[in-house]
Amino acid sequence: MPIRCNVCNKSATLKRPKTGDALCKDCFYYAFEEEIHKTITDANLLTKGETVAIGASGGKDSTVLAYIMKLLNDRYNYGVKLVLLSVDEGITGYRDDSLETVKRNQVQYDLPLKIISYEELYGWTMDAIVKQIGLKNNCTFCGVFRRQALDRGALLLGVDKIATGHNADDIAETVIMNVLRGDIGRLRRCTAITTGTDGALPRCKPFKYTYEKEIVMYAYFKNLDYFSTECIYSPNAYRGFARAYIKDVEKIRPSAIIDIIHSGESLSVKKEVRMPVQGVCERCGYISSNKVCKACVMLEGLNKGLPRLGIGKTHKERRKMEEMLSERGSNSGSLSDMASLDSALSTTDQGCDMSSFDSDQSLNSNAESSCRHSISDQSKCCNNERHASCCGDRNCVTIEKITIFDKKVDQKVIDF
Amino acid sequence: MYFSGGAELLFDKKKKHDVNLPAKETPWTIKDLLPWMKDNMLKERPELFIQGETVRPGILVLINDADWELMGELDYSIQNKDKIVFISTLHGG
Repeated sequence: MPIRCNVCNKSATLKRPKTGDALCKDCFYYAFEEEIHKTITDANLLTKGETVAIGASGGKDSTVLAYIMKLLNDRYNYGVKLVLLSVDEGITGYRDDSLETVKRNQVQYDLPLKIISYEELYGWTMDAIVKQIGLKNNCTFCGVFRRQALDRGALLLGVDKIATGHNADDIAETVIMNVLRGDIGRLRRCTAITTGTDGALPRCKPFKYTYEKEIVMYAYFKNLDYFSTECIYSPNAYRGFARAYIKDVEKIRPSAIIDIIHSGESLSVKKEVRMPVQGVCERCGYISSNKVCKACVMLEGLNKGLPRLGIGKTHKERRKMEEMLSERGSNSGSLSDMASLDSALSTTDQGCDMSSFDSDQSLNSNAESSCRHSISDQSKCCNNERHASCCGDRNCVTIEKITIFDKKVDQKVIDF
Repeated sequence: MYFSGGAELLFDKKKKHDVNLPAKETPWTIKDLLPWMKDNMLKERPELFIQGETVRPGILVLINDADWELMGELDYSIQNKDKIVFISTLHGG
């Protein structure tokens, strides 16, 4: 005897993990779409006239996200312009295949697509990095580089914000991982539906309350074209364990996922806990809690044949970096290396947060958003002990860098 | 039987399998089917598909395009020409 839909009494096709309701296909579509619409409107994720880049990997979450965003934008007249933005990490046999899926999505959903590669941003593909570092810490590189890559790609496109397909299961995993690592700074940030409003481009997660099971079921019933394979380098990733744990818990009590997110949201951090102060990387201008951001440290390590730089304990890594910087000052022999690093970085930094310091040369499309960032960066910089006396100085340096970047930007033609 | 979402990687990288189950005195249930699949169909790493007597959490099962959670899960009696789908959600994108 088939179970009936709780809403319309037709034959039910799935049990919703969040509510336990049995629903038929049509009632499920309706509930799924309306919930995401409610998430978007309740949290004011979108504003009319904005351009939103959808971080698109070709996987289930981003494929469904692109489909849903387009559908809801049309249905509810959000008035936003959507573009697909993909990062090519340079992993043969993995990303090249999934990018084919994104290219098909581009046609299917009639959305513009931009692919930005690690190679063009950093001068290194993940394949080349793995050759250097091996399979143990490669995911650290990839994660750090990907976060920046999406932002830089988005700045290149001149979009106002990024939407990613992180779902409720992903966020619950992240909460657990941050608890296990004692990473209080991230623990506090990771449940926010919008992040990066204080520096880099804002990012939002329309699927924050959407279960992975429902996303997969939706994609299956709607016959959406997505790509699924394990990253060929990822079997050692820490997240895999958190993921398996979350799924085990979900099996016993499906509401656990939303409950873990709720726990994360409700945590308050004691005043005495020292939180990392967010500033900007003095080398590339990207948001960072250290003088030099993790990506620059890692890149420096790769380019200098010390790939482990940037992995492991922070104080160790910073000491090495400082040694290196002092070496840079005294030893002219290393200057060529630095020059190559700088040039690699300069090609990536067209969308540097500080670009508005040189406003007449900055990209029109970026000017408005960059302006807002620079103001917040500046005030943050002054609040920050480390930079308390250096604002003027630092801006000078930045302007010099930006001039170089903007020349590159002018030449760059962004075509969808 | 259909496999997707990455589950097909454990089954010869083929998404569609036509399966004839051997005759049995009692009706075949999903509970009987899983160990049979493990012995006869799984090509690699059975722990990624089976956990204890059931499928690994994170693998969705659909019977004739309906969530198996509505069909009695392991106790469902398999009928002739049933379509059983296994979708992994554990693979990234």
